[in-house]
Amino acid sequence: MPTSPRANKPGSPPEKGAGLGSGAPAERARGPVRGPASIRTVDRDRREQALVAYLFLLPDVVGLLFFLALPMLLAVVIGFTNWNVVTAPQFIGLQNFIRMATDPLFAASLGRTLLYTVSFVPTVYLFSLGMAVLLTRRSRSNVIFRTIYFMPVAMSLLVAGVTWRFLLDPNAGLVNMLLGALHLPKLQWAGSVQTAMLSVLIPAIWKNVGYFMIILLAGIQDVPREYIEAALLDGASPLQVYRHVILPLLKPVSFFVVVILTIGALQTFDQIYVMTRGGPAYATHTLLIYIYEKAFKEWKLGYAAAMSVALFALIFILTLIQMRYFRADERRD
Amino acid sequence: MKIERTKKAVGVGTWYAAALLLALVFAVPFLWMFLSALKPANEIFVNPPILISSHYSLANFGRVFQQAPFGRYLFNSFVVSAVVTVAGLIFHSMSGYALARLEFPGRNFLFIGILSTLMVPFYTILIPLAVIVRHLGWMNTYWALIIPAIPHAFGIFWLRQFFLGLPRDLEDAARIDGASRVGIFLFVALPLARPVLAALAVFFFLANWDAFLWPLIATSRPEMRVVQVGIQAYTGEHGNAWELIMAASLIAILPTLFLFFLLQRFIVASARMTGLKG
Repeated sequence: MPTSPRANKPGSPPEKGAGLGSGAPAERARGPVRGPASIRTVDRDRREQALVAYLFLLPDVVGLLFFLALPMLLAVVIGFTNWNVVTAPQFIGLQNFIRMATDPLFAASLGRTLLYTVSFVPTVYLFSLGMAVLLTRRSRSNVIFRTIYFMPVAMSLLVAGVTWRFLLDPNAGLVNMLLGALHLPKLQWAGSVQTAMLSVLIPAIWKNVGYFMIILLAGIQDVPREYIEAALLDGASPLQVYRHVILPLLKPVSFFVVVILTIGALQTFDQIYVMTRGGPAYATHTLLIYIYEKAFKEWKLGYAAAMSVALFALIFILTLIQMRYFRADERRD
Repeated sequence: MKIERTKKAVGVGTWYAAALLLALVFAVPFLWMFLSALKPANEIFVNPPILISSHYSLANFGRVFQQAPFGRYLFNSFVVSAVVTVAGLIFHSMSGYALARLEFPGRNFLFIGILSTLMVPFYTILIPLAVIVRHLGWMNTYWALIIPAIPHAFGIFWLRQFFLGLPRDLEDAARIDGASRVGIFLFVALPLARPVLAALAVFFFLANWDAFLWPLIATSRPEMRVVQVGIQAYTGEHGNAWELIMAASLIAILPTLFLFFLLQRFIVASARMTGLKG
């Protein structure tokens, strides 16, 4: 997905460097025909390039191997054991995965994760799109509004969670005081099973919309002006211009936003941890909260690792489905 | 004609109302955090809310540092974020340059290998990483917070894309002048990459300053806690000291807010960079 046409270019240069006739403009520029000597220089240059390249890549490649590739491999391996830190790990085959299928708390956590995701992704997408549309015109007031909408991005999800826990305090939080002033019923927010999920969604939505607004705004502003003007000349209303000109052209950006949001939503942790710890009565008990508890509170590393592999598989499959859907959509256009 | 004008005025009016209402939703939590950080404890939960108080003071900020080693948390967060950012930029620009500009056997293989690590989600490697770090004896050290955070394919990818776009003539000219490959990288390519490096620096610094889950697991001693984890020092069994939590939160977001206003251009650029050219 991230490879632009340019990314294919490195395929071609090798011939250029290897072939003597076409390549090495530096050598040719240096002087008249020197025969074997220049072959030696080209050879030395190739060796120098390879040496420098390997040295340049060494720190990152070692780091990625040791702190990403190896742990990924180990996660799968640990997932097939009953490791619990106290006793030596034993291979137990698929038992962890079988256990997941019958573990009601796993099913509940998976359900909570999916509920969170289907609430979070469309809300953030629609809000950020709406805000981007609202601020499409380049003007001074729009720059100010954009800055204000973007401000929560500067806050960590954890601090956003802490702040909203304060604002949504059931006794005398600002939000409940406002509701009271409007003669609306006060809510228990994070304290009640019905509203806990909403309470952990609010800070995440609030923090993220500004960021995705910027991405969508950039996409909207990249739509060629001529298209919009042509449509307006043909008598289209601004609303129709959005519906039939801008939105279709925004599809690649929208797809990217939805994929990123989905991946992020399936692994939310910070604000839930600080607001509810998964409660009350497991109302906000997402998979990552469950994995964290199993691994670092109960030290059931084997089962927790198996769950993290399952979550990886889930995200992988969801991304593939989204990609296929998007591709099919693209072909139809 | 007149109807058209009124229609337009109503449209603009609705637009402004919507934009302002949204602005309130985004600004009020900040404002409330700020005011609460200045209030004495007994004015925090008063109904109706106190907006103008004669008791506003900076005393809470002092107590934040007295009741927990908050200065140490800030220092830890700063050291970790700064070191990861600088080391990451150095290593990633080296890797990105090699992948974009140097020819060597196995280049495509390495590039695809590096790119595929982008698919590895953090929560999946969380448990093995904790095991590895424990075995290395790094728990409760800066090593645990810094080293695993450095390797990141995202930065490598973006710098490679940037270096691919540089005109080759610049390097050829330097080569004719006898510059070495390392010299070209240091004195021709890197200076041109400054805007990308700045955008990535903002991105890395914020990501590390805001990191929560890994520091929560990798540290347990108070003197090794980072800000995001340390904020919870003011919550307790007998209730939360909200005025202190808000003061600590305000301090925690100051560096990011500062970066945000100072470098808004780069932050917007890094947001666009993440989103565009998919």
